[in-house]
Amino acid sequence: MSGPFGVPQNVAYATAAIYAVLILASLIVVVLRWRNPGERYQELADRTESWWWMIGAFTACVLFNQTVAVIFLAFISYLALKEYLSLIPTRRIDRAILLFAYLAIPIQFYWAAIDWYGMFIVFVPVWMFLFFPALMAALGETQGFLRAVGTLSWGLMMTVFTLSHMAWLLVSGDRVNPVAGGLGLLFFLVVLTQFNDVAQYCWGKLFGRHKVTPTVSPKKTWEGLIGGVATTTALAAAAGPYLTPMDWRWSALAGAILGVAGFLGDITLSAVKRDLGVKDTGGLIPGHGGILDRVDSLTYAAPAFVHFVRYFFYP
Amino acid sequence: MSRNPFTRLLRFLFFAVVVRAVILVALGLTVRHRERLPGDGPAVLAGNHNSNLDALALMSLMPLRLLPKLRPVAAMDYFYTSGWRTWFANNIIGIIPVKRGSGNEGGNPLQLAEEALDRGEILVLFPEGTRGEPEKLQVFKKGIGHLARARPKVPVVPVFMYGLGKALPKGSALLVPFNVSVTIGEALYGKASHDAFMASLEQAMTALAAEEKVPAWE
Repeated sequence: MSGPFGVPQNVAYATAAIYAVLILASLIVVVLRWRNPGERYQELADRTESWWWMIGAFTACVLFNQTVAVIFLAFISYLALKEYLSLIPTRRIDRAILLFAYLAIPIQFYWAAIDWYGMFIVFVPVWMFLFFPALMAALGETQGFLRAVGTLSWGLMMTVFTLSHMAWLLVSGDRVNPVAGGLGLLFFLVVLTQFNDVAQYCWGKLFGRHKVTPTVSPKKTWEGLIGGVATTTALAAAAGPYLTPMDWRWSALAGAILGVAGFLGDITLSAVKRDLGVKDTGGLIPGHGGILDRVDSLTYAAPAFVHFVRYFFYP
Repeated sequence: MSRNPFTRLLRFLFFAVVVRAVILVALGLTVRHRERLPGDGPAVLAGNHNSNLDALALMSLMPLRLLPKLRPVAAMDYFYTSGWRTWFANNIIGIIPVKRGSGNEGGNPLQLAEEALDRGEILVLFPEGTRGEPEKLQVFKKGIGHLARARPKVPVVPVFMYGLGKALPKGSALLVPFNVSVTIGEALYGKASHDAFMASLEQAMTALAAEEKVPAWE
């Protein structure tokens, strides 16, 4: 069933629910400031304001139409790759190759947009994987070659290949999801993954005692991880039947996968940041850090969810 | 700069559309201490110089309403090489030309710059003079010290930029997107001793550079 702008009705309800939570969060900041006039709660306020911008941009672009949505997701991929390439050491001789790496983004998202799964799934892990090392070898600089090849291949996989799964899910989902279309599946993936980040953070803040990964991300605790995954699983079970082709049991399983995958993405990017000696990947989003700090969980959650749904629910 | 309204519109469109699309969207600036930027002229923005994009990035830091007052100070011998480049430098970029090395000839090479400050304009200049090796600070030239001493009430705001030298380094015409970080320092004011001013400016710039933790070229 379609609501305004051809948006499936359930997605419209989901959007309204997200904005209700956002308004609630802003009210909490106001109440906290009113009760403790001395405190500014700056980080919480910054984070909440940034959520308004991110959710505003996401819903405006994704709900507008499919082409705008794919371009928006490709732009996020661009920001993530740019942030990654700005963080890692690069060789001056590879400048032209890095420009080619950016070009891989519109091509990869084009495969997603035309729903050509066969090309979408091999373009980065096969063709780009083979292309860039050969090009670098042809340029003739062997000093630092393996590191340049390794960091570029991994970066392309993390920022382009994994994130492009969101675009393919949006486009292909219309074929398999009569309840809410590709939009419903994309909302389920993105909203629950972001919700899981917040849930793990809150559970960790309230009850966190036992560290999961003390050397990588010392703030992550078992209490946060388990509480967050449990909360996400519960919300997934409740929302899944309205947004996806899955019943509540399958939805709960998908929610648990999203929660665990999101956590793994988070600590993987944390390990990279530790290695590079930075706290945040950038300063794009006040209170959050860079774009990679925000999409780190999606780099794992998007492919994990897409291939789970594809295996069990696509013809 | 031309008073012709059509040229002024072209300049506005160039900065509002082309420059902002490249600097703010394709590259992206992360600005630290934005509140230290001058709210109006006269003022001097003193940046480190690694790329042809440096002046455009500094100009993008200021609101568009101040664009008519923004004037990069640039070397005549670099820009005035052909009729087209001269027209573009004068009317679109809006440079204030300086003749390199003319300080030894007796005249005041910075006279046009001083006059611009007296009109309340905002100068964009690079104390290093020319673009250096990517992302390395060079010894500062003395021009800015003379300018600050001649107009001691005008704030000189040091700005350290990182990333543009990787995006478009000297000797390359290929623009490769990298994030750009910009750190703005506290305003400095001209002193009776021109050496003392230069020392404080270099010190401020080195301190700003140290605030950044960034990977360099290898």
